[in-house]
Amino acid sequence: MASASMWVPRTKVDWFLTVLRVLALTVVTVGLLAFIAQQINVDNPFARVVNPDATGLTGPQFRGLVISGFAQGAMYGLIALGYSMVYGVLGFINFAHGEVFMVGAMTGMITSNKLDDAGLWETNFLGSLFFIVAVSMLVCTLTAVIMERVAYRPLRKAPRLIPLITSIGISFFIQNTSVVLLGPTSKAYPDMPDWLTAKRTFLEIEGTKIMVICVAAVAMLGLWLLVERTKTGKAMRAVAEDQEIAGLMGVDVNRTIVKVFAVGGAMAGVAGILWGVLFRSVIHYTGFLPGIKAFSSAVVGGIGNLGGSMAGGLFIGLAESTGPLLILEPLGVSGVSQLRDAVAFAMLIGVLLLKPSGLFGERLSAEDRA
Amino acid sequence: MSATVLNTVLRRIPGTWRRVVRLGALGAVGQVFISLSGMPVRLDVREIIVPILSLGYVTVLAVPLVLGVLLGRRPEHEEFLENPPGRRDLVLGAIAGGLMGGGGLSVLALLLANFDLRDPLINWSPQLLEFLSFGRGTAFGFGIWLVIGAGLGLVGGTLRLASSRTQKVIMTMALTVVGAAILESLVVDLVEGVSLEALVEWMYAPRGGLTLVGAGVLAVVSGLLSLVGQGRVKNMQERIQAMEGPRQTRVNLMLIAAVGVVLVILPLLVGKLTNELLANIGLFVLLALGLNIVVGLAGILDLGYVAFFAVGSYSTAVLTAATSPRIAPEFPWFVALIIVIFIAILVGLFIGAPVIRMRGDYLAIVTLGFGEIIRLLFLSDWLSGWFGGSQGITAIDGVDVFGLLTVDGTNPRRVFYLVLFFCAIAIYISWRLERSRLGRAWMAVREDEPVAEAMGINTVNVKLMAFVVGAVLGSFGGAIFVAKVGSVFPTSFLILVSIIILVVVIFGGMGNIFGVIAGAVVLIGVLGGPKQPGLLVEFSEFKLLIYGALLVWMMLARPEGLIPSARRSRELHQEEFLQDAWLRGQIDTDDNGPDGGSGTAGAEA
Repeated sequence: MASASMWVPRTKVDWFLTVLRVLALTVVTVGLLAFIAQQINVDNPFARVVNPDATGLTGPQFRGLVISGFAQGAMYGLIALGYSMVYGVLGFINFAHGEVFMVGAMTGMITSNKLDDAGLWETNFLGSLFFIVAVSMLVCTLTAVIMERVAYRPLRKAPRLIPLITSIGISFFIQNTSVVLLGPTSKAYPDMPDWLTAKRTFLEIEGTKIMVICVAAVAMLGLWLLVERTKTGKAMRAVAEDQEIAGLMGVDVNRTIVKVFAVGGAMAGVAGILWGVLFRSVIHYTGFLPGIKAFSSAVVGGIGNLGGSMAGGLFIGLAESTGPLLILEPLGVSGVSQLRDAVAFAMLIGVLLLKPSGLFGERLSAEDRA
Repeated sequence: MSATVLNTVLRRIPGTWRRVVRLGALGAVGQVFISLSGMPVRLDVREIIVPILSLGYVTVLAVPLVLGVLLGRRPEHEEFLENPPGRRDLVLGAIAGGLMGGGGLSVLALLLANFDLRDPLINWSPQLLEFLSFGRGTAFGFGIWLVIGAGLGLVGGTLRLASSRTQKVIMTMALTVVGAAILESLVVDLVEGVSLEALVEWMYAPRGGLTLVGAGVLAVVSGLLSLVGQGRVKNMQERIQAMEGPRQTRVNLMLIAAVGVVLVILPLLVGKLTNELLANIGLFVLLALGLNIVVGLAGILDLGYVAFFAVGSYSTAVLTAATSPRIAPEFPWFVALIIVIFIAILVGLFIGAPVIRMRGDYLAIVTLGFGEIIRLLFLSDWLSGWFGGSQGITAIDGVDVFGLLTVDGTNPRRVFYLVLFFCAIAIYISWRLERSRLGRAWMAVREDEPVAEAMGINTVNVKLMAFVVGAVLGSFGGAIFVAKVGSVFPTSFLILVSIIILVVVIFGGMGNIFGVIAGAVVLIGVLGGPKQPGLLVEFSEFKLLIYGALLVWMMLARPEGLIPSARRSRELHQEEFLQDAWLRGQIDTDDNGPDGGSGTAGAEA
C-alpha cells in the first residue's frame, strides 16, 4: 500500500488526498518553525506574525510535557499491545479492548480503596500496589477471555466487519455495565504517598511518572520474553502467521487465541492501574479515548508488530502532550488544551493517510495483508 | 486457567446434564447481574398486571423461563438431533436448570442480608433484599426463588413439548398482555382521541398497568384470534407474492397508501406526548435511512454518522437563528435547507475522500474519529465565536411554512408532519436508488470490491456517492432537529448517537428500507433515543446497556436483522448457501479450476 504510487496523483480523489497531505505537512512545519522562532526570541517577527500573543515555553514546562508524554505513552503502548496481538492473529479490531483497560482501572480503584480502608495502602504502599496490579491483571484477563469465548469465537468465519460491529456492542455493554453496577459518577483512587508524588531532584520529575514508566517497561519485558522465548509465544507467532498450517503442525489454535486475548487483557490490566496512578480518577468512559489513542499507536508502530506498538505508544503520547503547544499554539489557535483529543484523532487520521502500514511495518498473516 | 478447570469438571458430568449445568450457571450469573444492575427495584414501579406482576419482576422471572425453554429444546449438532433424550429427561433438566437459575437469587438474598458491599456496588441495598424476599424475611427469600426457579423452568420445559400450534398461541397471548401493558399510554391516548374511553376503562388500573380482568380478557381474545388467524396472514402474503407484476404493484401501492393515510390521521387523534414520541421516531427513521444507504447498501461501516447530523444542525442554526454569534443571515428555514444540502455534500466529500481507500475496519475507526473531531470543534473555544462553544446556539425560530404557520417544538403534531414529509422523501430516494444503476453498483461493491472494479465500476466515485447521499439525509435530520428543539449544543452529538443509529439499522435489517423503519419504530418507540424517552420511560437508565447487548446478540444470532434483505442475508450466510448449493449438485467446491462445477454437473447428467 505504502508504495510510491500512493504519492503520484491519478484521479481527483488522489489529487485531493495529495493536497490534504501537503496541507497537513505544511501546517506541522510552519507550526514547528514558528515554535522554534518564538523559542529563540519571543519577539521574533516570524513568530509574531503567526501568533501575536506568543509567549514561548520555559525549560521546565517543556520537560514536564515531555515526561508526562512519555508516561502516558508507555500506558498507551501497553494497551496497544492488545489491539496489535489480536489484529495480528484474528485480523479484526477488538474495539472493546479499551473497555478492558477501563475494567482494570475500575478494579484498581475498588481494591485500592478497600486496602486504604484497611490501612494497608499507607503502611505498605509497594505491597498494595503489587496486589492491585495482580488483581487487575486477573480480572482483565478473565474479561478478555470471556469476551473471546462468548462473542468472537462463534464469529471466527464471519465477514470481517461483523466481529468489529460485535466488539462495538461489547464496548457499549461493558461501559454501561459499569454505569449500572458502580454508578455514573467518577470515582477516585486513594492519595498516593508523599515520597512518590514529590518531584525528584534528578531533572525534577515526579516519582509517579518514573514509576509508571518502570512498570510499563517491566510488563513489556515480560511480554517480550513470553512471545519470543517460550513455546506458547512460538505458538502465538505461528497462529498469527497462518492459522490453518499452525493447526496442522499440532498447535491448538483455539487455546492459543484464548491465550492471546488473555495476555492482551493482562497488559490492559497493568495499563489500567497506571491510569489510576497518573490521573487518580476513573469513570465509565475512561476506556474510550485511551483505547482510540492506543489503537492509533498500534497503527503507527505497524499493527501486529509488538515492539512497534510500544514505540508507537510513546510517539502518540509525546505528540499528544507536546503537539498542541508545539504546533497549534504557535499558529495562534486559542484554547489548545481543549483540542487535545481532537489532536489525538487528527493524528490517527494523519497516520492512516500518510502511512497506513506503520513506521516499523505490519506483521499480518498472508490473507490479511490486503 | 480457570476455564480449563471448569471444562474438566464439566466433562465429568454425563452427557446432557453438562448442558443443564452450564446453562443453569449462566442463568444464575445473569439473574444476579440483572438484580445488581438495579433493574428490578427501579422497574418495580411500572406495573404490568396490577396486583401481581410488575416490570421489575418480569426482568428476573424471564430468566428461568427462558432457561427452561432452552433446555427443553433438543440439543442440535450441525442440524442433526443429538441422541434425542426422553421427555422425562427434558423436563427434569428444565427443572434443574431453573433451580440453578433461581438459586443465584437465593444466594444473593443470603449475601444481601449478611454482608454490606454497598461501597462499590450501588444497588446493594435493603430495597433489593426486600424485593427479593417479597418483604417477608431472608429465609423466605432464600426458599421462594428455588421454588420459583424450578416452577418456571418446568413451565418453560413443558412449553417445548407442546405442539408448535399451542406454542404459538401461548406466545401470542403472553406478547399481547405484555405489549398492551407497555403500550398503555399510547392506547389510552388514542382512545381518548376518538372519545371511546369507556371501552378501555376496565382494562387499565387507575395508576397504570393492566387489571386482572383486562389481562384475562386480552389473553383470551388474542389466544382465540391467533387460533383462528393462524396461517391466514401467511396465505395472504403468499397470494400477493404469487400475483403477476402489475397487480402486485397495485396491491403494494394500496398498502402503502393505507399506511400513509393512517400516519396522516394518527397525529390528529393523539395528544402532545404521543406526538412528540412519533416525531422522535420519525427523526430516527430519517437518520437510519441515511445510514442504511452507507452501511446497508454500500457496505461502508461509518461510525461517525453523527458528524453529518451535527453539521446539518449547526449550519441550519447558524443560517436561521437571529442569535447566531458571528454571522446571522436569518434565512427562512427552507432557504437555509438548500444551503445546508450543499454544505452536507461538501462535508460528505471531505470526510469521504480521505477514508475511501482504507480497509473496512480502519475506515470505521477513522470515521469515528471524524465524528468526534467535529463535535470537539463545535465545542472548542477556538470556534466558539462561530458556534457558541459549550453554550451552543439557542432561541432558534421554527420553520415558517409560507407565512401560514410555524413548526416548532411547542407543537409536536406539526413537527411530526414535517418529519413525515422528509421521511417520505428519504424513503422515495432510498427506494429509487436501490433499484438504480448506482444502487446496483453499491451492492456490487459491498459484495466484492475487486470484482466490482473489474466489472468496470468506478468504486471510488460510487462509494463517495454513498457518503454524499448519506450526508444529505443526515443533514435533513439535523435541520429538523434544530427546528424541533430550538437550540443546538455539542452534547447532542455524542458518539453514542452514531452507535444507536447503527443499532437501529442492524436490528431492523441492513439494506432493507422496511426493516430499518421497523427497527426505528420498535427501538426508539419502546426504549427511546439517546436523549429522547420512549414508551418505557423507566428503562432510560438501562437503555444503553440494552442497546449494547442487543447489538452483540443480533450479530451472533441474526446478523441480517429483523426484516432481512434477501441479498444481504445470502452474503452473511454465504457458507451455508454454498453448502446447500453443493448438496444440490449445483456447484463443485473442489479446486477443479473455473469450469469444474459445470463439468461435474454435466458428467452426472
